[in-house]
Amino acid sequence: MRNRPGSESFDQPSLASLFVSFVSIGMMSFGGGLAAWTRREVVQRRGWLDDQQFLSGYALSQLVPGATNVNLAVFIGTQMRGAAGAIACFCGLTALPVAIVLVLGVLYLHSQETTGGARVSLALGGMGAVAIGLNLGTGVRLAQRNIRGPIPIAVTAIVTLSIGVFGFPLVHVLLVMLPISLLLAWLTRPR
Amino acid sequence: MSLVLLQLIGLFAGLSMLAFGGGAGVIPDMQRAAVDHYHWLTAREFLDSFAISRAAPGPGSLIVVLVGLKAAGMVGAAVSFAAMFAPSCLAVHIVAKYWHRAARSAWRAVVERALAPVAVGLTFASGLSLMRGTEHGSLPWGITIVSTAAFSLTEVNPILLLAAGAGTLLLMGP
Repeated sequence: MRNRPGSESFDQPSLASLFVSFVSIGMMSFGGGLAAWTRREVVQRRGWLDDQQFLSGYALSQLVPGATNVNLAVFIGTQMRGAAGAIACFCGLTALPVAIVLVLGVLYLHSQETTGGARVSLALGGMGAVAIGLNLGTGVRLAQRNIRGPIPIAVTAIVTLSIGVFGFPLVHVLLVMLPISLLLAWLTRPR
Repeated sequence: MSLVLLQLIGLFAGLSMLAFGGGAGVIPDMQRAAVDHYHWLTAREFLDSFAISRAAPGPGSLIVVLVGLKAAGMVGAAVSFAAMFAPSCLAVHIVAKYWHRAARSAWRAVVERALAPVAVGLTFASGLSLMRGTEHGSLPWGITIVSTAAFSLTEVNPILLLAAGAGTLLLMGP
């Protein structure tokens, strides 16, 4: 798949179509589901990337600091159309959500001064719990498709537990696990 | 420029470069600074801001907009947004350019295979550390487990799940 002829000769989408695609990704995606929506739009609907290219971009987006999905938008924009593409994707992804968050924030701050504030907080708590589930569900879907064999499973489990359960600092885990994963991938590379 | 704006820039630009594994990893650090150190908002307001930013469309790290809004109004929101996203976007843009150039190289194939399990692990870890970083009682635990299963096993619309989660806590909450 990776070496399929022409797999890197992207059709060059216009800046406008990048912007429009990421406006829809930004608006359709809630909670942790952004990566899932991005994949649906960019891989399934538009065919700009294949699954392998998407996943490596997704992994890099997680490894470079910053919000994964914003990074992913900048990554895809850069791959497609360079700096201008990156800006188009970033603006498309964030413009409307920023406006919506601001409006909700102003409404929230007002609601706290009224008796309805406690109910608003309860509803927000319920949505927060679901949003965490969307994060975990995205992980399950990615694992089903891309994690095969004992070594990748072990690396996935160690990263998950060390940060998610034992609360080790992210930087420390990456400093240990990245070189190990790279070494294992190199040793087991197809020849 | 006022002191608060400088503090917002310093905090979020720093967190921007520390936010490995997505925005979720820096939430506990952000909470400590915004609530305990600078007293821009209360712990309750921070948790609610977190939920708003997760429930609204767009990336969860838009919570910085709400922290900035509470700390210094609209200017604070704008400054926080720029500080949180500019450094990391520049970094990923530079990485992506090299990545594109290395399209067919053997090392890129190795890196791709090495990154996949780390990326999946970071996805799981961000969900788990969010539960550790905020107050997660037994009812939210149940909601999280059900929505994880629903989202990974079915094609249900996430918006419906979010509405159901809000309704559940409203009906059964403390």
